[in-house]
Amino acid sequence: MFAIEAKNLVKKFNSLTAVDDLSFTVEEGEIFGLLGPNGAGKTTTIKMLTTLIPCTSGKARVFNYDILKQKGKVRDSIGIVFQEPALDNRLTGYENLDLHARLYGMSSVLRKERTKEVLSLVGLEEKAKVMVKNYSGGMKRRLEIARGLMHYPKVLFLDEPTLGLDPQTRRNIWDYIKKLNQKEKITIVLTTHYMEEADSLCDRVAIIDFGKIVALDTPKMLKNLLGGDVITLEAFPQEEAFEMFKKLPWVKKIKIHNEFLHLMVEQGEQKLPLLIQIDQEEEGITIKTINLRKPTLEDVFLSFTGKTIRDEESQNGNGLKHFHP
Amino acid sequence: MASRDLQTIYVMWLRDVKGFFRSRIRLITTLIVPFSLLCFISFGFNAGFRLPGMPENINYLDFAAPGILGMTMLFGSIFAGMSVLWDREFGFLKEMIVAPVHRWAIVIGRIVGGVTTVFIQGLLILLIALLIGFKVLNPYGIAITFLFMFLIGVGFVGFGVALASIIEDTQAFSLLMQIIISPTIFLSGAFFPLSSLSWWIRLISMANPLVYGVDGLRYGLINSSQFPIYLNLSVLIAFDILMIVLSSWFFSKNKG
Repeated sequence: MFAIEAKNLVKKFNSLTAVDDLSFTVEEGEIFGLLGPNGAGKTTTIKMLTTLIPCTSGKARVFNYDILKQKGKVRDSIGIVFQEPALDNRLTGYENLDLHARLYGMSSVLRKERTKEVLSLVGLEEKAKVMVKNYSGGMKRRLEIARGLMHYPKVLFLDEPTLGLDPQTRRNIWDYIKKLNQKEKITIVLTTHYMEEADSLCDRVAIIDFGKIVALDTPKMLKNLLGGDVITLEAFPQEEAFEMFKKLPWVKKIKIHNEFLHLMVEQGEQKLPLLIQIDQEEEGITIKTINLRKPTLEDVFLSFTGKTIRDEESQNGNGLKHFHP
Repeated sequence: MASRDLQTIYVMWLRDVKGFFRSRIRLITTLIVPFSLLCFISFGFNAGFRLPGMPENINYLDFAAPGILGMTMLFGSIFAGMSVLWDREFGFLKEMIVAPVHRWAIVIGRIVGGVTTVFIQGLLILLIALLIGFKVLNPYGIAITFLFMFLIGVGFVGFGVALASIIEDTQAFSLLMQIIISPTIFLSGAFFPLSSLSWWIRLISMANPLVYGVDGLRYGLINSSQFPIYLNLSVLIAFDILMIVLSSWFFSKNKG
């Protein structure tokens, strides 16, 4: 049995197709990431899987419960941490957890025990009696993760778990997520538009763009798809340089992005002298800068969509994000 | 009713009551208008002003205090129902929507919680009225008064929940509230007997549930009412049932 099985999921908002024929499966116990720019349809996908909104067409099962026909069962078996905080600020951290546990029908003995357990898991024992309105952003997020875990869900959904947090807090949250995945043996589905986050946390990553999955594999395999290394260079005139590099046998893939050419190559350090040679010997082609590095998921995204995630965010991402109901 | 439903109702109630006692500013602001009205009436035009057709022993404060109590209940109830709006604003609504519980249980819990807090506000206003000279003519009527306070609360908290579930825009909601609240109060018989109005306004006011609430409160407190008590009771109960059904229905449509 899969933790999650989605088949041809579609969600339309009037004329806008937010999620376009999505199919994927999530294994039990893995950390599965949906990576893509804002507005790619990640949150909409999560909302459908968590029964917040119905899908327009297609099917999905969460631990074998149908998301349309068995909403109650699905809700019982999942925990969710939303993108925006969903805590009651007038209650203390402890009270928020207790309220949640009661809604999920936990007995009073179990409630007390479990509250302690999850609070220590996210390191908030000391702050349990403090009103949530006095929590920092990172503490709120940790409390929400603890709350998502309260009722022993089989799968935990995290929608942009580190959005708006500072780098150090972000790393902290990553540690907590890894820890609970190991300790509680819980399946985790998270969305993110941070490449490093998907890379460091996820067992498998689905790259989503315009509501479609463009690639799905382990971060390592995704990066391997590109070959060994990425060379980024500024060359003039760009068009001619592009045509020339394309013909070179050792260039496995080439993309133009703004003023840069991205070359996917193997053993990049041996290719640098060749490039310098080209700069000196080829008539009419000047290379201004050269940069060699290991590929990141950003390069994977670029190679599949022709854009970087940051491009898409500035173009249409924010506009679409507000469209989500 | 399963134990999970009772638990749901209980936590929603507990949450409202805790929030209420932790936010004193809310208590004070909802009491300011009825309190100042009581003071104006008592110190201002109580001495010389007499409504035509009222018995000798009933002065204007005696007439208006039950009305002001009804008004307090209306204000507080709609404000309590409005909390759906804040929950949406602060995201907590999502937590309730994904919970594996019945939507109607959440709504009943909110209504019970809202009524509890409004009841406390009503009691405070009643106490203030007594302190500044309001005479309860029917000591046994206090039970009837409490019953009517409860019925007014249930109906209008439900009304607030239903409305806040449909109208997702906070600003539009508060505008709409102003449009609804004023005529509801002025055509409720809280400040003057409806019999002094022309026939067609009286006809419109018959559709106002607060009319029957205020009339019932007046029956309980000063033993004088326009309609028979059973009519007041049955109209309010029907209104309450309608609002419970409507608010559950609209609340279940919420998408967070």
